[in-house]
Amino acid sequence: MARPLRSARLRAAALTLPLAAFVVVTFVAPLALMLVRSVHEPQVADALPRTLAALERWDGGSLPGEPAFRALGTELRELDGRRGLGAVATRVNRIESGMRSRMLATGRALGPGSPESWRDAVLAADPVWGEARAWLALQRAGERFTLRHYLRALDLDRDSSGAVVRISPDQRIYVPLLLRTLLVSLAITAICLVLGYPVAYLIANAPPSRSNLLLLLVLVPFWTSLLVRTTSWIVLLQNQGVVNDILVAVGLVAEDGRLALVYNMFGTLVAMTQILLPFMILPLYAVMNSISPEHMRAASSLGATFRQGFVRVYWPQTMPGVAAGSLLVFILAIGYYITPALVGGRTGQLISNMIAYHMQESLNWGLAAALGVILLACVAVLYAVFDRLVGIERMRLAS
Amino acid sequence: MKRHLNTREGLAGRLRAAAGAGLLCASVGLLAGCGSDSLTVVSWGGSYAEACRRAQFDPFAAESGVEVLLESYNGGLAQIRAQVDTGSVHWDVVDLEFADLARGCDEGLFELVDIDQLPPAPDGTPARDDFFEGTVSACGGGGLYYSTVFAYNDESFPGEPPSRIGDFFDLEEFPGRRGMRRSALVNLEMALMADGVPPEEVYATLSGPDGVDRAFRKLDTIKDEVVWWDAGAQPPQMLADREVAMSTAYNGRIFTAQTVDRQPFTIVWDGQVLDYGQFAIVAGTPNLEAAMDFLKFASRVENMAAVGRYIAYSPTRRSAMDLISTHFESGIDMRPHMPNAPENLGRALQSDWQWWTDHAEEMNERFSAWLAR
Repeated sequence: MARPLRSARLRAAALTLPLAAFVVVTFVAPLALMLVRSVHEPQVADALPRTLAALERWDGGSLPGEPAFRALGTELRELDGRRGLGAVATRVNRIESGMRSRMLATGRALGPGSPESWRDAVLAADPVWGEARAWLALQRAGERFTLRHYLRALDLDRDSSGAVVRISPDQRIYVPLLLRTLLVSLAITAICLVLGYPVAYLIANAPPSRSNLLLLLVLVPFWTSLLVRTTSWIVLLQNQGVVNDILVAVGLVAEDGRLALVYNMFGTLVAMTQILLPFMILPLYAVMNSISPEHMRAASSLGATFRQGFVRVYWPQTMPGVAAGSLLVFILAIGYYITPALVGGRTGQLISNMIAYHMQESLNWGLAAALGVILLACVAVLYAVFDRLVGIERMRLAS
Repeated sequence: MKRHLNTREGLAGRLRAAAGAGLLCASVGLLAGCGSDSLTVVSWGGSYAEACRRAQFDPFAAESGVEVLLESYNGGLAQIRAQVDTGSVHWDVVDLEFADLARGCDEGLFELVDIDQLPPAPDGTPARDDFFEGTVSACGGGGLYYSTVFAYNDESFPGEPPSRIGDFFDLEEFPGRRGMRRSALVNLEMALMADGVPPEEVYATLSGPDGVDRAFRKLDTIKDEVVWWDAGAQPPQMLADREVAMSTAYNGRIFTAQTVDRQPFTIVWDGQVLDYGQFAIVAGTPNLEAAMDFLKFASRVENMAAVGRYIAYSPTRRSAMDLISTHFESGIDMRPHMPNAPENLGRALQSDWQWWTDHAEEMNERFSAWLAR
């Protein structure tokens, strides 16, 4: 009796294996890689092992001894010989701007053979090695495991004594951007809820022929390509666009006073709200559809006004849909990238655009990964808070 | 047999051609040795790429029988690094700003080029001595001087027009929107010069304690009026549409708009930032031989000077300077329009690629932070 049951269970489990493998390959593994990349940067440590070893007992202030100079001189020369110095120098340069050319110049200036004093030879190649900051930069870049990407992503830095400090206000980027992203996502969620709730109510309570049509009106944009919808907003909102043309035509706006509706935060808000609205309406509709209209009738037969009935009978029953829609919209909004990139202009950019910048332009993948992890942590925290306040088991995507 | 050059116009055509060639190479691959008769050259698009096509790509294709596929980009090393790191190199030759070339060469993104393999001057002077000081990278071939200037549409200034770099930052005297490249490069230098720093002290000031802050403070004064451009073809368009009153731009693009498109533009050479670039071969390209042939071809004195018949960029070889002649269409003398013509060098700044290879990353990060605020 137990045997066939167990084999049936095994078969059932085996059927989920492709999905499990898919999730591991496309989701778990990249996530793990991202986590690792945000703290693990072995390139400099691998390239300058002897120099870093020689610096282990260095006091951090005075000039390092001859062994450190010898190790540095030979290793820079070797790296230069096999064209590996540029990549290493670029990483050290991220710690201390200017080190790139100094390291390259040193590697090139050192001739073959072994000088009598490596210290003199290296200092002659570039006097920067007489300064503690150059060696400190090497040491920090040589940390195999490092939290510096996280510090950078939180607009923090270490001062010369190693203490964590905030960087100067005009150079802070990521924390303000993260706050902006959270605020914008919250705003979009709120707008979607305000706009979507009545629509979902209308669809759920209309006669079937009308509700099907209304549902179609929600679904057609949902099925339309994201890029098409985003670029249509550009057509509508731009300076010479449809909305401005109409405003000018009816005389609400002067010809030379056309409104800036796109390439700013307003454009980002409008386009993202429209794109994410179905994610709010559909779960709301699913939940509302399952609420029997008799509940409201019962409430009014017991003497409740519509408002009382709505607040005490209807609204509480739609909470699972409100929760599901809000969570869905918020989580999608917080990681949105292409729409702000296209319509956000200078002021409508979100943190995801900065991640893309570091992935594609500056190629500082460690920092991009750290930013991604922080974003993920934000979502996790909000999810936990949400679970506490609303209870995740009450969330329903469909009836 | 493959003596024709891809002349299909427009991005779509170029993309199709590139994708087609890529697919063909991927499927036929090593068997057919498909790399041997096509070469993907990546340039900056617009009138500049067109000038290079007429002066160098077409003639090279005709001489060598190698089909040249033209693609365009907006500078930077990111795409090249992605190709090299993943081992899927589909760009063969890239036209680069010198700072990027130097950085990429150090990092092994480009093939080394032995300068003694490059053709000598007509009088036999070896290439090594014929190129201007410092304009040759260990990975580069060919080369042109170009300049970032600011230009204005005459119709925007019926009265006294702007004439100094300071005027670009003077919204009171010269109201109107400004076009600037979405990058820290050049903008920091121009801001400092407009703030009164003499060209020869610009990089010393930037390296000093308050220099970068000072540049950003100057940029702050016009920030709200700036329209940012990415591609070199945009500024002439923005000026023509009067979307901006003046814009920083590459001098050659403005020249072409003036002469070929008959636009009423004027270049202000005061405070120009002079720079140069070269072709380089992406490391690991399957078409190394053809790419090297192209670099040698593009380094020939007459071919370097030939670009100057189509756009106002001048060669980086001494002997080629004598060959600068007239515009191919209008027949006007090109010399006074070149960025390094003596009369244009009055208050010019030579871009310091060394400073930029060291600081590009930090400055660009700071610039994007500043931009987003």
